[in-house]
Amino acid sequence: MALLEIKNLHAKVGEREILRGIDLSVNAGEVHAIMGPNGSGKSTLAQVLSGRDLYTVTEGEILFDGRDLLEMSPEDRAREGIFMAFQYPVEIPGVSNLYFLKAALNTIRKSKGLPELDAMDFLNVVREKMALMEMDQGLLNRAVNTGFSGGEKKRNEIFQMAVLEPRLAILDETDSGLDIDALKIVARGVNSMRAPERAMIVVTHYQRLLNYIVPDFVHVLAEGRILKSGDKTLALELEETGYAGLEETEAFERA
Amino acid sequence: MTGVVEQPNVFVSRFEEFAKTGAGAPWLARIREQAIERFATLGFPTTREEEWRFTSVAPIARTAFEPAVPDGRGVRAADLERLLFTAPNLVQLVFVNGRYASGLSRIALPRGVAAGSLAEALQGGSAEVEQHLARYAAFDQHAFAALNTAFLEDGAFVRIPKGTVLETPLHLIFISTTAAAPSVTHPRNLVLAERDSQATLIETYIGIGEQVTFTNAVTEIVAGENAVIDHYKLQLEPVNSFHVAMLQVQAGRSGNVSSHLVSIGGALVRQDSGIVLSEGTEATLNGLYLVSGDQHVDNHTAIDHAKPHGTSHEVFKGILDGRSSAVFNGRILVRPDAQKTDSKQTNKNLVLSEEAVINTKPELQIFADDVRCTHGATIGQLDAEALFYLQSRGIGRSEARDLLVLAFARDIIDRIKVEPMRHRLEQILFERLHVNRQ
Repeated sequence: MALLEIKNLHAKVGEREILRGIDLSVNAGEVHAIMGPNGSGKSTLAQVLSGRDLYTVTEGEILFDGRDLLEMSPEDRAREGIFMAFQYPVEIPGVSNLYFLKAALNTIRKSKGLPELDAMDFLNVVREKMALMEMDQGLLNRAVNTGFSGGEKKRNEIFQMAVLEPRLAILDETDSGLDIDALKIVARGVNSMRAPERAMIVVTHYQRLLNYIVPDFVHVLAEGRILKSGDKTLALELEETGYAGLEETEAFERA
Repeated sequence: MTGVVEQPNVFVSRFEEFAKTGAGAPWLARIREQAIERFATLGFPTTREEEWRFTSVAPIARTAFEPAVPDGRGVRAADLERLLFTAPNLVQLVFVNGRYASGLSRIALPRGVAAGSLAEALQGGSAEVEQHLARYAAFDQHAFAALNTAFLEDGAFVRIPKGTVLETPLHLIFISTTAAAPSVTHPRNLVLAERDSQATLIETYIGIGEQVTFTNAVTEIVAGENAVIDHYKLQLEPVNSFHVAMLQVQAGRSGNVSSHLVSIGGALVRQDSGIVLSEGTEATLNGLYLVSGDQHVDNHTAIDHAKPHGTSHEVFKGILDGRSSAVFNGRILVRPDAQKTDSKQTNKNLVLSEEAVINTKPELQIFADDVRCTHGATIGQLDAEALFYLQSRGIGRSEARDLLVLAFARDIIDRIKVEPMRHRLEQILFERLHVNRQ
């Protein structure tokens, strides 16, 4: 059984239908890239998976490890092992990174029946992971994402992912706005997390990221549907022809 | 409001009894007389008066309060530790129903520092008390201050001599225990910090018992030249109680005074806080109020830049839930002589329910031309994006909500320099938010 099974998923925001029948199956150990032009619905798909209530699912289902994901609150999804790296990480003045991440980790550990970590144990867990993401430890004492640069925010997302060790990681345009050095650090963090028991969905507009995080599968989304699926060469093909070219071909084929 | 007219007479007739039995020097008797006359003239304020437009004191005016019985026997030291915070070096003065309770107090002070009962200082014929008492907290336009002054008997008297730095915070704890009927106390505090002295004072108000209590407190702080005073007030009375208080600070030249006013308890709370600045004084007046259910809290502040080169910072933050209501009225007066004044005022409110109501009003009166004065007020809700972000990391919705509410109050909490107080306040806020959700 696949870790994630999306069947005929339709979702709308307000009255506007954005997802129009997505079918996708993701097994543990796999990395799937989801590409597509602006407005194709790729971020919506990521948000629906994480439980953002801005979107209403009108049709279809999502099974995570055989369970109905759409019935779960965002926090329950996180506790079950779903993690989304935000396209726009939220600034939360007044809550320290340390407090926030320790609370998150301990809630997730508790739901797994593991003992909570105290401050010392927690610091031991995070130290190595911060080093991997080339993050200064001082960031722990700063308010969540507050006053962070764009690159720091994205690295902070991947750092959180490394600490929370999800079973399904969804990266929502984590590459956008990153310079090549930051991109490499982010990719290194993500690659260090690749594991047989873990699946990843990498949502991106650009092929560039996929040079560093090499996917097992690539899906092209347009107008709320998966137009085409393939292996990593599909991304390179897209780089050549662009989304516009692809859509024309598809339209031609459908006709 | 017929009932409202009659009640002052109850207090006025009780005053005759009080004046007969209450011992005191002639100067004190005169002040009390003036005060009760003033109260009889003013009566309880009504919402027709601008200063009380959004705060109806009818529930106070229509209640027949008995004078609280000063009986400390019902209170144990363990109660205080459970309800409050303690630290090995904290000096604590405890007042039960308005009267000093020496058995519960703990005093170890450097030579020359006086901290104890105002009643004792009055009996001892302290010239300083006579010189300063009731000279700052004006009662001519404030009925409750007049009432307090008329019935003033006890409270804290603190004197820090010239050049003395008091390392240990002074914790003044006021406990109301309830009787069979609603009861009233009029705590009166006088703090004299001489030039170049430094001290930290905390006033905490709590209550034990089911019956309604009314605390009507006045605190006067006189800080000399170059004196540094950090004042805190923690109002934690039960949610069925009434609390009206006046704080008046007279700051000295080049002095630095700060006050942090935290209001969490009480059904009906009114706090009038004023600071008069001298030349080059730096003044900070911050507040935090958390109300839910049917609670009402009203903060009226007055920063008086009387002399040049004064700086004032004022931040009040409010958290409102349920059908609660709050008022913030921030007056800043810059007198003609007060050139180079730098004054900043902010009031921010976090409204968690549909029914809660906040009235906020800055009141700037500027009579000097070379000054910088800014003010701003905001009213907002919890940030849905931030809430989702926390949830998406596994933190439950209600815990995430509490976390964001505390984050809103964080900058005020973090400015509390007395560590045990800061920790206890965080706990209390968490507990209260938790209770509010039930």
